[in-house]
Amino acid sequence: MKVSAVITLKKDVLDPQGKVIHETLDGMGFNSVNEVRQGKYFEIDVKENDPKKAKDLVEDMCKKLLANLVIENYKIIETQ
Amino acid sequence: MKSSVITFPGSNCDRDMDVALTKFGFKNKMVWHNDQELPKSDLIVLPGGFSYGDYLRCGSMASKSKIMNSVINFAKSGGLVMGICNGFQILVEAGLVPGVLLRNKYLQFICKNVHVKVDNKENAFFKNLDKKVLEFHIAHNEGNYFCTNDQLKEIEDNNQIAIYYCDQNGNTNDQINPNGSIKNIAGIFNKEKNVLGMMPHPERMIDESLSGEDGSIFFKNLLNNIK
Repeated sequence: MKVSAVITLKKDVLDPQGKVIHETLDGMGFNSVNEVRQGKYFEIDVKENDPKKAKDLVEDMCKKLLANLVIENYKIIETQ
Repeated sequence: MKSSVITFPGSNCDRDMDVALTKFGFKNKMVWHNDQELPKSDLIVLPGGFSYGDYLRCGSMASKSKIMNSVINFAKSGGLVMGICNGFQILVEAGLVPGVLLRNKYLQFICKNVHVKVDNKENAFFKNLDKKVLEFHIAHNEGNYFCTNDQLKEIEDNNQIAIYYCDQNGNTNDQINPNGSIKNIAGIFNKEKNVLGMMPHPERMIDESLSGEDGSIFFKNLLNNIK
């Protein structure tokens, strides 16, 4: 079963890369952007057929490795 | 005095650290990350470099390697552990010191000499050091120290800030902050002060004709403190 997870920086953590991307978009003429925050996206294929169990497994991975909870939040966005 | 330097895939300051420790009288051993057990040591050093190519987050993979269980146990039982640069990043990812190291504020890799102010001398690393300001070298892309407000309060209440970026007279301010670190923090202790993580490289300052002598002062003092 495939599970996807999105890791994003917490609101009060400075994201210089997002800021530079925002400025570049602005320079390209995309002037309607309020803010850009860069994150990470994972697609994980787990040997598990129960959606709840698969989700719990990936959540555990997020807590222990994929995200650093001091600065990042994680969200399991889909299972299929 | 015995020391061990851990080599991870992608470490590149491990041999420099070996040279420095040996020069000042440590009997040093190199330890591979895949080993399970540490040799008998008075000091463990996690060296600088780019372990696992800085994949995911700097230090995150190395912090889960086999040898780290022994390093964590060693630290928890009061043993001295020092992480330099990538070693500092590994320490925060392993949860041995609080906080995290973010990308430098201005997105540039910084490679230059800096001055650091030693704030807390009530520990094995800086006790009896007769200088307050040391000149070390930094070379990093992710050295921007960050922690939550609650963590910062705890760190300050427990005197866990080891060194601050400063000018040559010991003044700390935003202008001389190279990477955007909170409060100009360049190095930090755990609560018990037996684990030190710092971005600057003392091992690059051990030869007057090549660089400087403040690393020599640091290592000589460290050896005397451990003896």
